[in-house]
Amino acid sequence: MELEPVIGLEIHAQLLTKSKIFCGCSTAFGASPNTHTCPICVAMPGVLPVLNREVVEFAMKMGLATHCTIAPSSQFARKNYFYPDLPKGYQISQYELPLAVNGWVDIETEKGPKRIRIHRIHMEEDAGKLVHDEFQPMSYVDYNRTGVPLIEIVSEPDMGTSEEAAAYLRTLREILRYLEICDGNMEEGSFRCDANISLRPVGTEALGVKTELKNMNSFRNVQRALDFEIRRQRALIERNEPVVQETRLWDVARNVTISMRGKEEAHDYRYFPDPDLVPVVVSDSWVASVRETLPELPEAKRERFMAQYNLPLYDAQVLTSSKALAVYFETATAEFPQPKTVSNWIMSELMKQLKRDEREIEDCPVPPENLAELLSLMDTGVISGKIAKTVFDDMYTTGRKAKAIVEEKGLTQVKDEGAIEAIINEILRENPTEVELYRGGKEKLFSFFVGQAMRKTKGKANPQLVNEILRSKLANEER
Amino acid sequence: MKEKITRQEVRHVAQLARLELSEEEEKQMTAKMNQVLTYMEKLNSLDTSRVPHMTHAIQLQNVFRPDEVLPSMDREQILANAPECDGVSFLVPKVI
Ligand SMILES: [Zn+2]
Repeated sequence: MELEPVIGLEIHAQLLTKSKIFCGCSTAFGASPNTHTCPICVAMPGVLPVLNREVVEFAMKMGLATHCTIAPSSQFARKNYFYPDLPKGYQISQYELPLAVNGWVDIETEKGPKRIRIHRIHMEEDAGKLVHDEFQPMSYVDYNRTGVPLIEIVSEPDMGTSEEAAAYLRTLREILRYLEICDGNMEEGSFRCDANISLRPVGTEALGVKTELKNMNSFRNVQRALDFEIRRQRALIERNEPVVQETRLWDVARNVTISMRGKEEAHDYRYFPDPDLVPVVVSDSWVASVRETLPELPEAKRERFMAQYNLPLYDAQVLTSSKALAVYFETATAEFPQPKTVSNWIMSELMKQLKRDEREIEDCPVPPENLAELLSLMDTGVISGKIAKTVFDDMYTTGRKAKAIVEEKGLTQVKDEGAIEAIINEILRENPTEVELYRGGKEKLFSFFVGQAMRKTKGKANPQLVNEILRSKLANEER
Repeated sequence: MKEKITRQEVRHVAQLARLELSEEEEKQMTAKMNQVLTYMEKLNSLDTSRVPHMTHAIQLQNVFRPDEVLPSMDREQILANAPECDGVSFLVPKVI
């Protein structure tokens, strides 16, 4: 029996508002514990939460960017459970009436684009942070994160492989970052993912028993956890053993998922509408005004890059993977209108350096205008392509401009025919054996002479001139 | 009369609320909660089929605050009522 995985993802994205969802405390990351707290977010009796309007707008943006329907009226609900990271004894979330429903995004797969449906997007508050003491039976609670706004994005179970799940995650992260509503940092936890996964016989519709996977804090871990779970469930089914519906944690050190059974006595959240928070009613005109603020989204930009700059899909995908990178490309291309050359340089030289230093394009020491200047110097023959690469390295390390580096180091291409001829004469004199062999028919030696000429000029000789002069010299003397 | 809530359910609710009830208390609570629920049942005699679904008794909607940071409370004050703290964090029994 051939089995296929069925995967759905729940994503929590921390919103980049300045203040918390229901109080004025700061959302800034990294403050000393409990310094961003007030009676509302630590749940002192008698306080009243008031909704941050920006949270609704940010959530709406994500809803619209993923083709959801925005609910004309939505409502907050209390999700009841006891855990010390939750001072109220309930989390304010949305349950029956979420803000956005029924959307979709297209992801790129090996077999071409695939549409993944989005079930719902709702607003909720984040919980606090617990640090467990290693030696005493005690935990330290920090409520700075309590009340930081989140949106939860729930997909339909439309993914069939761990690669598709990763592609979906990347697509959503890109959109969130384009919208500038979430920084998408998985390691720091501002972008988190839980996965539901089950297996079913190929060609059948009914879903198998699913497990829920948690604790995966990188794209790689999401993929590995899913792959492990696919293997584990397949082995159970093949042995005719039941898959138990449960939550499993990804254990990064051991590369396995482990059962949390017993630790979560049957979840019964007893949701009910939060009487402290009145309905959020969104008019058509509000939706329209938010829609107007949407930037060009990754998919549209990708298509435009292919049409306008005649770039291949791969280049367009890489260049639009972040808004800042796309801006960098377009700024450089405006100054040096040869898109493919600019794209090649960004994808090879520039990204190689950034990757090595684990830097974002925002912190790139070479501004796009400077890259354009370098490419112009190369294009007009002032410097050779080879020299351009060393100049680029210099620009990246020192932050200086191409022209200044070329002038100071005397890297201008040698295009003086007389000078090149003199050098070639010298080379031919110094290598009589090779000259004879070449003339005897060993034509492969031509590149040896070119290499010599380049070495003597430290790579500055114009390659076309070197070729021409060499060819005529080697031929001439023959007669 | 049919029970509205069983002893089993009362035990479950108590567990969710982290309450430890003795046998006697369980029995008492079951009886009391049945009384309350029976009383509430009277509401079902009203025909509400034409009343729209609502979550609030008041006709308010869209109460918002702008996204502005306001000063938080002094940590000392925030921690003042904590059963246990170290001056920086709340301390609780370890639960994993
Ligand atoms: Zn607060």
